[in-house]
Amino acid sequence: MDAQHKILVLDDDVDWLALCRDQFAGLSSHPEILTANNAKRALALLESEQIRLLISDLRMPRIDGLQVLAIVRRRFPAVRTVVLSGLEDEEYRSRAYALGVDLFWLKTEMQRNSKLFDECIESLLGHSDQEGDTGFRGIQSKSLLDIIQMECLTRTSTVLRITRGPLVAKLWIQDGELLDAECEGASGEAAFHRLLGWKTGAFENLPAEPNRRRTIQKPVNALLLESAQTLDETAHPSTEPDSVEANLHRKTMWKLAQLTREGAEFVVAVPLSVGRPEALGAQNVDALAQWTLRAVEIARRLSERFEAGPLSHVASQGPERQTVLLLRGDRAFLVGWPAESAENILEKSRKLVALWES
Amino acid sequence: MGILNKIFGAQASVQQLPAGTVTVDRQGEIITSTVSSTFPVPLVQAIAKDMLELFREARAGQMPLAEVSLHFSSLRITARELRGGAIVFMFPQTASSQSSTPAHS
Repeated sequence: MDAQHKILVLDDDVDWLALCRDQFAGLSSHPEILTANNAKRALALLESEQIRLLISDLRMPRIDGLQVLAIVRRRFPAVRTVVLSGLEDEEYRSRAYALGVDLFWLKTEMQRNSKLFDECIESLLGHSDQEGDTGFRGIQSKSLLDIIQMECLTRTSTVLRITRGPLVAKLWIQDGELLDAECEGASGEAAFHRLLGWKTGAFENLPAEPNRRRTIQKPVNALLLESAQTLDETAHPSTEPDSVEANLHRKTMWKLAQLTREGAEFVVAVPLSVGRPEALGAQNVDALAQWTLRAVEIARRLSERFEAGPLSHVASQGPERQTVLLLRGDRAFLVGWPAESAENILEKSRKLVALWES
Repeated sequence: MGILNKIFGAQASVQQLPAGTVTVDRQGEIITSTVSSTFPVPLVQAIAKDMLELFREARAGQMPLAEVSLHFSSLRITARELRGGAIVFMFPQTASSQSSTPAHS
């Protein structure tokens, strides 16, 4: 009979700890649940108990979750780690994965999708370095191509969730066969090709979904070859005028489709030094570009004067629309939304800007 | 009041971030303020004038605004237009403060 696994939940919110206790009590492997409301207590429990899995919050007083995870990774390398946080900023996800965390979940997502979360926890409990299973964590400097090939060669069944900043893509793999892909609003083969264009990001393995409808019929090696060819063509584009024009048109149409899908009214991309603004969906482009540059200038001046740190964004609200101004590289982006849009327009704007640049 | 300033001098070695609320008229003159008296008034005025300028430029660009928020990593400045003038809120941001939608910790 399997020994009872121990899960340690670390969070400064005692009500949340009680909720977690109830949630994990329902797991089919019936693990023992230990809780700690501060880092010191958690580390003491890790010393004294055989903990299999640590589930930690990120934002806590005194020692925060990232510090705890760094300590745990160093002192207790066999302990599996999960971050369960309310911080929706993708930067935290990247930082957590960079520390070798096995899984990152948002608290809201856990409540909304508790069944999938339970499956992930069961899956992590089921894999132990101590019981002879092998495997390495913290894969770095490997391209997405390598990771997909590896998953397919080993005939794995999994869902690969890949994130790049605010962008999220998924690949459904069943017994080493690619079933489906989703990326940047596309699905199937188109999504797979688009995804392979990503140069950086983080990935995580979610439990397999064998009932996922198959939309990709080609073998994975053929698709990888096609993608490599497309990437090669993109890196060395044709100089034929027709081809350049067709590419530009295709790009514009795709950007417009993204804009419509997210529900935004317009995007204006303004170079911070020299150059013409680029816009989609906007009529008074020059006026919007001028306001954008003025806002950036004022923000920079205030930031320097008060040492307030870098500008995250500028949000504005008018009777007709809302806007979000973001800086990315050497351009400022002004994204316009209908006045009544209420749902997380900052995150949506970040996503649109990332798509625009991709 | 001010005894420490007399002993150690009024200059703080670390830049203080403004915190509080000011209302200004259309020329940027302060009408009311809850910002600490140790924070230089000309700096508060400069912030308010910059925010008024953003409203003016937006109007000129046919994009009338009722509210503008500048989000820095350690400071948030929000201004609401008030009959030509503005009410300006300044919130220093700490590690635990939320700059956007509040969620679970």
